[in-house]
Amino acid sequence: MAIETAQLESYLESFTDFAKAAAGETPQWLRELRENAFARFYDVGIPTTRDEDWRFTNLSALRTTPFRLVRESAHPFTFSDLAAWRMEGAAARMVFVNGRFAPELSIWGPIADGVTVSSLRNEIVNRPDVVAEHLGRYLNIERDPFCALNTAFAEDGTYVHVRRGIAVEQPIHLLFITTSSATPAMTHPRNLIVVEEEGQASIIEDYVSFGPETPAFSNIATELVARGNATVNHIMLEREHQQSYNFSTLRIEQARNANVASHSLLLGGALVRNNVHPVLAGEGGECLINGLFIGSGRQHLDNYMLVEHASPHCASRQFYNGVLDERAHGVFHGRIIVHKDAQKTDAKQTNRNLLLTDDALIDTKPQLEIYADDVKCTHGATIGQIDDNALFYLRSRGIHEAEARRLLLEAFAGECLDRIVPDAAREYAAAVTEERLLQVAKATRLKSSGTAEEQERSWEEVG
Amino acid sequence: MSLLEINDLHVQVGGHEILKGINLTINSGEVHSIMGPNGSGKSTLAQVLSRRESYEVTGGQILLDGKDLLEMKPEEAACEGVFMAFQYPVEIPGISNAYFLRSSLNAVRKYRGLDELDAMDFLPVFREKLKLLEMDDRLMNRSVNEGFSGGEKKRNEILQMAMLEPKLAILDETDSGLDIDALKIVAQGVNALRSPDRAMIVVTHYQRLLDYIVPDFVHVLVDGRIVRSGGPELALELESKGYGWIETEARQVAPASA
Repeated sequence: MAIETAQLESYLESFTDFAKAAAGETPQWLRELRENAFARFYDVGIPTTRDEDWRFTNLSALRTTPFRLVRESAHPFTFSDLAAWRMEGAAARMVFVNGRFAPELSIWGPIADGVTVSSLRNEIVNRPDVVAEHLGRYLNIERDPFCALNTAFAEDGTYVHVRRGIAVEQPIHLLFITTSSATPAMTHPRNLIVVEEEGQASIIEDYVSFGPETPAFSNIATELVARGNATVNHIMLEREHQQSYNFSTLRIEQARNANVASHSLLLGGALVRNNVHPVLAGEGGECLINGLFIGSGRQHLDNYMLVEHASPHCASRQFYNGVLDERAHGVFHGRIIVHKDAQKTDAKQTNRNLLLTDDALIDTKPQLEIYADDVKCTHGATIGQIDDNALFYLRSRGIHEAEARRLLLEAFAGECLDRIVPDAAREYAAAVTEERLLQVAKATRLKSSGTAEEQERSWEEVG
Repeated sequence: MSLLEINDLHVQVGGHEILKGINLTINSGEVHSIMGPNGSGKSTLAQVLSRRESYEVTGGQILLDGKDLLEMKPEEAACEGVFMAFQYPVEIPGISNAYFLRSSLNAVRKYRGLDELDAMDFLPVFREKLKLLEMDDRLMNRSVNEGFSGGEKKRNEILQMAMLEPKLAILDETDSGLDIDALKIVAQGVNALRSPDRAMIVVTHYQRLLDYIVPDFVHVLVDGRIVRSGGPELALELESKGYGWIETEARQVAPASA
C-alpha cells in the first residue's frame, strides 16, 4: 500500500510539472479537462484484480514501477533510420518519438482536399474549436483510470479530419517509437480521428520500440468519430519489446449507417491491454472488431471489448484469434450491451485460441447484457492445440516440422488478417505477423504427439 | 538391393501389439496388395511406413534403399521417396491446395538437390497432372481438402502422389467410400504412375480395387501377421470365399508359433 501511494504521488509530481511546463500553450478548456481527469485517476489509482474489468490482469508490476513523463523532443533518428518501419502505399506517415511528433521524420501535410492529417498539439492551437468539440467527449474516464491518466497528460498524438464525402483510400500510418531510457518512461499518445458524413479513411497505429529493452509505459487513447454513412478502418499494431507496458483504448462513436472496422494485432509487449469500445449510436451502423494476439515467453495480452448497441438495426461482429506459446497468458473479454431501444440488434462474437504449451493460458469471458427484446446475439469460444493430424499430413508431404507449424499458425492468423482492408494495411500487418509467427514456430518444441490428447473445448450459445 | 525390406516388424499402439512380426520385401516396379479383415493391422503398417510417430515400433527393421526408415522423421521419409495416400485425407482450412502442393513439391525437390519451382514453372506441371485426374482447377484455390467430396479428396491424394513422384507409394484404403466412377478415375491415375522406378503398396479390404489396379503380389494380413502371399489370383479367392477360412487357418497356426 505504501508503495502504491508513493507511485500515485509520483504521478502527481509528473502531472504538476507537466501542467506547469505546458501552461503557456494550454487553453482553459483543456486545462480543466486534464485536471478533472487527473483528479479522477488520483482518486481511484491503478486497478486491482478485484475490479471485474481487470480480473485476469494483474497490474502489480505496473503499480510498483515509477514512470517518468517524457517530453523531450530530441531523438537519435534520421529519416533513413526508419526504413524498417516503412509502409508501402501509405497516404501519409506521422512519426512520434517518445510521444512527441517528429515532423522531420514524417511524410505529411495536405494529402487531399478536405483531409487534414496533423499533430494534435498543432491543432489544439490551429483549430481549437474542432478539437474542443471532440477531444475527451467520448472517452469514459470514469470507467477506466488509464483513460483518465491519458487525458490528464493528453498533449500530442495524431489529428485526422476528413471532410464530408471525401474518401482517403490509402492508409494513414501513425508510427509511435519508444526509445530506451535510463529510468522507466511513460508516454500518453492521444489521437483524434473525425470522419464526417460519407467520408472514408483508414488509420494504422503502429507501436514499436528502439534500442536496448528498458521498462516503458505507452498509455494510449484514440477517439474515433464516424459520422453518418462514413467508412473507417482502424488498425492497431502493438509490437513493442518485452519490457513494455502498452495500454490502449479505442473509443469509437458511430452515427447512423456508419461502418467501422477495428483490427487489433497484439504481437509484442510484456503487459498489453487493448480496449475497443464502439458505441453504435445511430441506426443501421455496422462494426467489425477483429483481433489477433500472439504471445510467447511471459507475455500477457489482454483484449477487452465493450460493444454498446444504443440504436436499432445495428450489427457488430467480433472475431478474435489467439496463439499462446510458452508461458504466455491471453485474455479475451467480450462484453456486449444492447440498450433498451436497440431492437433488431445483430451481435456476434467468436474467440478461437491455440495453446501451444501446457503452461500457456487463456481466459475467455463473454458477457452479454441485453435490455431489448428483439435481438440476435451469439457468442462462442474454442481452445485447442495445433491439430496433430494436420501437422502430420503436411510433414508426410515433405514439409519440415517447423515449416508445417508455421503454415498452420499462419492459416489460423490468416482468418483475421484476411478481414483487413485496405490491401496496403493488410499486407503490412501480414508481413509483421509472419515474422512473429516464424519466431513462435521455431521456438515451439514438439510435444510427444503420441500422448497428446486432443483437448478441444468449445462452447457456443445463441441468445 | 530391394527398395523396401521389412524384417520381423513389431508395432504397438497404446500398449497393444498390432503388428506381430511382419516380413516383406518389395522391389522397384512391383505392385503389392495387402489385404485383410478389419483390425488386422493393414493401416498400422501403412502409418508406420509413413512414420506416424504415435505408433511404437517394439522390434524389427525397415530398410528403404538400404537406409533405416525407422530413424526418419515423416518429412525425411517423404523426401526419401515414401508417399502415403491417406485413408482419411485431412482438411486444413486457410492453406490453399495449390500453395500446399507447391510447398510440398519444393521441400522434396530441395532435399533431392533440385531447384525449387516458382509459380510459373509449377503451373504447367500441375495442370498436366490435374488433367490426368480429371480434377477441376477451381479446387486448387480452395483450402486443402476443405469441403471436398470423398472422391475429390482421394483424387487430390493421387494428384499429390503424381506431383511428388515417390519411389514407394502406399495407398491406404484409397477405394473406401468411392463410387465406381470415382474409383475408375483414381485407378487410372494410379496406373499411369506405375513405373519400373516405383513400387506401390495397395492396402485394401475389398477385392474390387484390384480389378482396376492389378497387383503383382497379394499378401493377406491377419491378426498382425502375413499369413499368405500369392499372385492376383489370391485376391479373387478371397473375393469368392471371404476372409473366414483364412482366419481359421491362421488361428490354427498361430498358437504353434506364438
